[in-house]
Order: sequence, then C-alpha cells, then structure tokens
Amino acid sequence: MADLHEKLKQKFPEAVLEVHAKHGDETAVVRREKLSEIAAFLKTDPEFQMNVLMDLTAVDGLGMNWDPRFEVVYHFYSVPKNHRLRLKVRVDAMDPVVSSLTPLWPGADWFECEVWDMFGIRFEGHPNLKRILMYDEFVGHPLRKDYPYSKRQPLIGPKN
Amino acid sequence: MLLNIGPSHPAMHGIIRLIAELDGETVVSADVEIGYLHRAFEKSAEQSGYLQVMPYTDRLNYVSPLINNTGYCLAVEKLFGLEIPERAKYIRVIMSEISRVTDHLTCVGASAMELGAFTAFLYMMKAREMLYFLIEEVTGARLTISYMRIGGVKGDLTPDFDRKCRAAIKETRSILKEVHGLLTRNRIFVDRLKDVGRISQEDALGYGITGPFLRSTGVDYDVRRANPYLVYDRFDFEIPVGQHGDNYDRYLCRMEEMEQSMRIIEQALDQIPGGPVLLDTGGRVVPAETMVDEAKMGRTTGHMDEVAAFDPTMEGMNKATYSKTHAGDRRVVWPPKEDTYGNIEGLMNHFKMVMDGHGIRPPKGEAYSPVEGANGELGFYVVSDGSGTPYRVRVRPPCFAIMSALGTMLKGGTMGDIIATFGSINMIGGELDR
Amino acid sequence: MEMKGFITSKLEAAIGWARKYSLFQYPFVTACCGMEYMSTACSHYDLDRFGAGFPRFSPRQADILFVVGTISHKIAPVLKHIHDQMADPKWVVAFGVCTCTGGFYDNYATVQGIDTIIPVDIYIPGCPPRPETVLDGLIKLQEKIQHQKQL
Repeated sequence: MADLHEKLKQKFPEAVLEVHAKHGDETAVVRREKLSEIAAFLKTDPEFQMNVLMDLTAVDGLGMNWDPRFEVVYHFYSVPKNHRLRLKVRVDAMDPVVSSLTPLWPGADWFECEVWDMFGIRFEGHPNLKRILMYDEFVGHPLRKDYPYSKRQPLIGPKN
Repeated sequence: MLLNIGPSHPAMHGIIRLIAELDGETVVSADVEIGYLHRAFEKSAEQSGYLQVMPYTDRLNYVSPLINNTGYCLAVEKLFGLEIPERAKYIRVIMSEISRVTDHLTCVGASAMELGAFTAFLYMMKAREMLYFLIEEVTGARLTISYMRIGGVKGDLTPDFDRKCRAAIKETRSILKEVHGLLTRNRIFVDRLKDVGRISQEDALGYGITGPFLRSTGVDYDVRRANPYLVYDRFDFEIPVGQHGDNYDRYLCRMEEMEQSMRIIEQALDQIPGGPVLLDTGGRVVPAETMVDEAKMGRTTGHMDEVAAFDPTMEGMNKATYSKTHAGDRRVVWPPKEDTYGNIEGLMNHFKMVMDGHGIRPPKGEAYSPVEGANGELGFYVVSDGSGTPYRVRVRPPCFAIMSALGTMLKGGTMGDIIATFGSINMIGGELDR
Repeated sequence: MEMKGFITSKLEAAIGWARKYSLFQYPFVTACCGMEYMSTACSHYDLDRFGAGFPRFSPRQADILFVVGTISHKIAPVLKHIHDQMADPKWVVAFGVCTCTGGFYDNYATVQGIDTIIPVDIYIPGCPPRPETVLDGLIKLQEKIQHQKQL
C-alpha cells in the first residue's frame, strides 16, 4: 500500500479534511480553496507524479442528506509509479463553484463541461463552459436528484 | 470556409458533429460536438436494482458488451468484498477476450472500409460472425448479452465449447493473415495512415488517453498488467507498443492485440479448472416443469435426489455446475432452480433476492474498479447508500478522453485525413455519450 | 374502361416490381442496432440478394430511410430534416425497439418512438433484432411496396 492519503494529510494538514482507504481505494477529502494547489503538487511532486487525470465526476447527496450537497470526485493515476488516488471536494448548492484543472490537465476540459451540464457545478477558469451532452435549449441539470427521470423537453414532436 | 460534417454521416462509427474550418484543403481548426446519443445511463441506473443495471451496461460499448458487464460486476463485488469461484473467473476472462477481438475487428474493418478497402471489411465481418456464433452458444444472444452476474456468470460454458472456440480462433487467425496481406504493406493504405493524426506522449497523458491509443505513442500502460484483475496475472501475453503515435501505429497495435487476445483465450482454455461438466445422474432425471408442477401440488418427497433437466436456453445453470460459476454468497446470488422449486429455504432466498425493497444490498460506501476496455481504461465508480438501488453509477468512458483530443489532432492536417483519423479512434457512440 | 383498368394494373404491378427490387437505403445509424445492420449487410446474411445492397449516403438519392438505433431529442430535428430532404416515393423503416417505442429508455433524453416525428412504414422490433428478423421486415416492406398505389 502506497499510503498516499496519509502522506498527503501530513503534507497539507489544514487543507485535507478526512482520509480513508476503504476497499483499497485511497481517498482524501480536501477544501475547495486549496484544490488547485494540491492538484499542482500531485502532478509535480516526485513521490506522487500523478500525470493522468483519469476521471472527474460529481455526486449529488440530496438523497442521503449530505451537507454540503455536492461532492466533486477526482481520480488520479500515475503511470511511472502505478498508483491511484481519489480526491473529493465538497460543494454547497448555494455556491457551486470549484476551480478548474484545465491549465494542468487539458483533458479536464470536457469532463468539467459534462459536470456543468449534468449537475450545474461551475468551474472557475474554464475556457468555454457549455453544455456537452444535452442541447442548449434544455432547462435544468438532469443528474440532480430533484430532476424527474422522465421529464422530456422535446425540440420537435409531442411532449410524451 | 466552414464545413459541417455530420451528425449523420457515412463514417460507420457513430453520430458526432465536426465543424471544420478549412483553408483550401487544410484544416485550420476542428470543433467537435457530441451528445447525440445521450441515453441517460447514469440516471437509469439510479432507478433500477443492481442486477437490472446489467442490460444498460451492455449498451455502453456495444461492440464489446462483455467487457462492460465485467467492469460493472467487478465494481459491485468490490463493494461487497466478494470472491468468485475460479472457473467463473476463467470464463469471464475468455468471454472478455472474445469481445475484445470482436471490437478490434469492427474498428479495423470499418476504418478500412472508410478508406476504400471494402474487401478487408467483409473478411473481418466474416470472422466476427463466427465469434458471434460462439457468444450466442454460451450466452444466448449475439450482441446484448447481459451474461455476467454479481457473484459469477449466468451459466456455465457449453460442453463442446473448447473445440468450437479453438476452431473459431484458427479461422480468425487465417482471416487476419489475409487482411495483413491486403493492408499492412499496401502502398495506398500506408500513405494514408502514416504520419497522420499524430499525438505526442505528453499530450496523450495530459488528455487522459489510455488503451491502444496511448500504447501507440510508446507508453506501455495496460490495466491487465498494471492492476491485474480476475486471473490475468497467470497468463503470458505481450503488450504491443508503438513509437510514433500516428494512425498506422494504432492500426498495427490493434492487429497485434487481437493476436495476443487469442493467445490469452487459448491459455485460459488450457488452464480452466473443472473440466467437462459431469452431471451426477445417480438420481432420477426429471424435466424442470414437471418438478415445478409436482411441487405446487405438494408432492415434494424425493425432490432433493432428483436432477432437473433444463431447456436448452437455460443450459449450464443446473445445481451441479452452480458452485463453479457463482459465488456461494446468499446476499447476491440467486439459488439454483432445483432449490427454488424444491425446498422452502431456496424459495425464501429467491424471494429476498427478487422482490422490491429487498434484493442485492451492498454496504454503504463507494468503489472504483478499472478494467481494460477495447479503447482504454473503462472504470466504474459505484456509490451505494445501503438500499437495493445504486445511488450513483459513473462510467469513465475511454473514448471521451480521446475525442476531447480530436480537435488538436486534426489541426494542420488535410480534409482527407479527417476520416482516417476519426476511424482510428474507434469512437463508440454508446460509450461516449452514455 | 376495362382495357384501361387492365393496362394500368399491369403497369402498376411492373412499377411495383421495379421499385421493390431496387431499393436504395439511407442508413441513419446511431447505436447498437448499427452492428446488426452491418451484419445483415455483410456476406453472411446478405442484403444485396434482395436488391437493397447499396447504401446511398445522400438523402436526395435514397428511397428508404432506415432509422437504426436510439433517437435522442438532440438528434430528432436532424432526422426530420433528412426525412424532408428525401424525394417521394419514400419509405421509413424503424429498426430496433428504440425507434419503435423508445425501448427501455423511458427517460428525459429519448424520443419515445420515431412515429411521433415522421411517418413509419415497417416496424422491426428487437434489441437488437437478429439479422433474420431484419430480412423478414425487408420482405414485408417489399410486399407493401408491390401492393401500394404507384401512379
């Protein structure tokens, strides 16, 4: 076990809120103000060398009564060292803004567009935040728990 | 000049829209618009039980559906901390590799057809049909199979699967040899693909690209080697790695990967435990419907010694093979049909698995499980809240990352290169838009 | 009067025969059914022996619109546009259950059957339909073409 989550906690004691390694996945929950700093550290530090941003997604905690409501989840991977780390950032529904990781990993561009489209979480510093999976005339953010499953907004044709 | 390609276009790979800004024949910039096949997989998964998500996962990467099934099952089994029997692991590996070969056959065949090599496409589809016959024998369907279960696989392999599989592999190898002869040193094919659609290693890693695309740039990252899951660490196979990161290297990587997959299948067929399935015919062999009718009328004496004979569509699911293909965990696995109809414990177990409000309930938590899809790392991130429906299922689509790099790859190329590059990406709409 | 009836009915039969055996399809392929469409069009279950083997990739030159695979609300206007661009006589085949009724995608993004947008002639159910089912649907379409009013 690489114990990356423990090392990260030692390096940034006030920014990392909690860590766990359940089911073998090392996870760290960080403060959203420090996200860019920690991400840059993960990419450049010789012990971590996380050069691939595997996945960027979000979870809406309305059904489990989370407070703050959203959680943006990042999965990092290091090709030279072959280890993984998961970072989570908690975001409130009233102010859903997180800083963008596009300057460090260009692939974060489309992943962040998708999170904006599906959840409504904005990314500060993103070059072009637009809807990517749904069409522009769509109102609402479908993957939120309060969006009904079958509520269609057709461009042409009948409603149902 | 602005040229709009798509969304409905002759290239066989799926619907996207490319808005290319052209200066004569050179592409100045290319804007990619996706989302035309968004079918709300993630929202559907939040409405269904854990096992009901399986048909939705089939339709993600629909040319290699068995790999998607495996990825999802591995993620949920990680939440439970479950170990499946050895034979089930080998069956999963064999079916995943057959699926990988069909995916590469479709990709190379379709991209060859788009460049004008229609014969190569027909030959590869012939090979794919043979593999579809194999898949149909074992799973019951050609394309949307829903074969894997949480805790194992649906049913055992058929008795003469070994012989048929080896014959199909031999036939596929001879077809691949013919296609190599047609395409690999063909002047026109090489000229169209070499030095086209180049991407550098740093760019590829920065965009999050994995799979044959990344391996063609020189990085040998394969989830089967780096994070071995199931029994991949017991096989001897090589990972083809390219040098230049252009379309020709990707073509060669895929052709070589098909050969390596077939090597894995042969080794798995040699090593698979359990051997031919021998039914214990010490007891009376009774058709399953008769057993059910007798049980409904209350005549259950002697049922425990009887062996049910099933319909050909449910072959491989009888009690004798059950322990080899399903984990013994009563929280996730249905009891065999003889038990469901034969005794009360089996019936209650079945009831608790199937009814609303009960069902498969992993403990609260989250798990991320990566598998090697045909396009790269296919990851499933499952969040569970302890109830019978998943709270969040996230698919990390390999071709999403690759398509985000398409704009930079097309810049500076000519118009004819657009189709060649797009074909070598192997974009599958179901996976890209989910 | 009877002679005129005889000639026009023979002429209609001849035109119907010509139309049904020289079908130019526009395959509007979106999703998984596309794989079964490819299998049907290739050597094992040949579409060419029914005369329908040449996909015309321009709607102006095609007469059948094969809608293959799920239609989402984002692409529905494009489908209508392409259908409008095709010249008469034209037929529409709804291939796969997602185009017939929406399949099991009863959600915010999927059109619940393309017959809410364009008129459909033949529905081929299945998820995806086996190639034999597709050929059966094609034969039914050919019967329909033979017996419809041509002039």
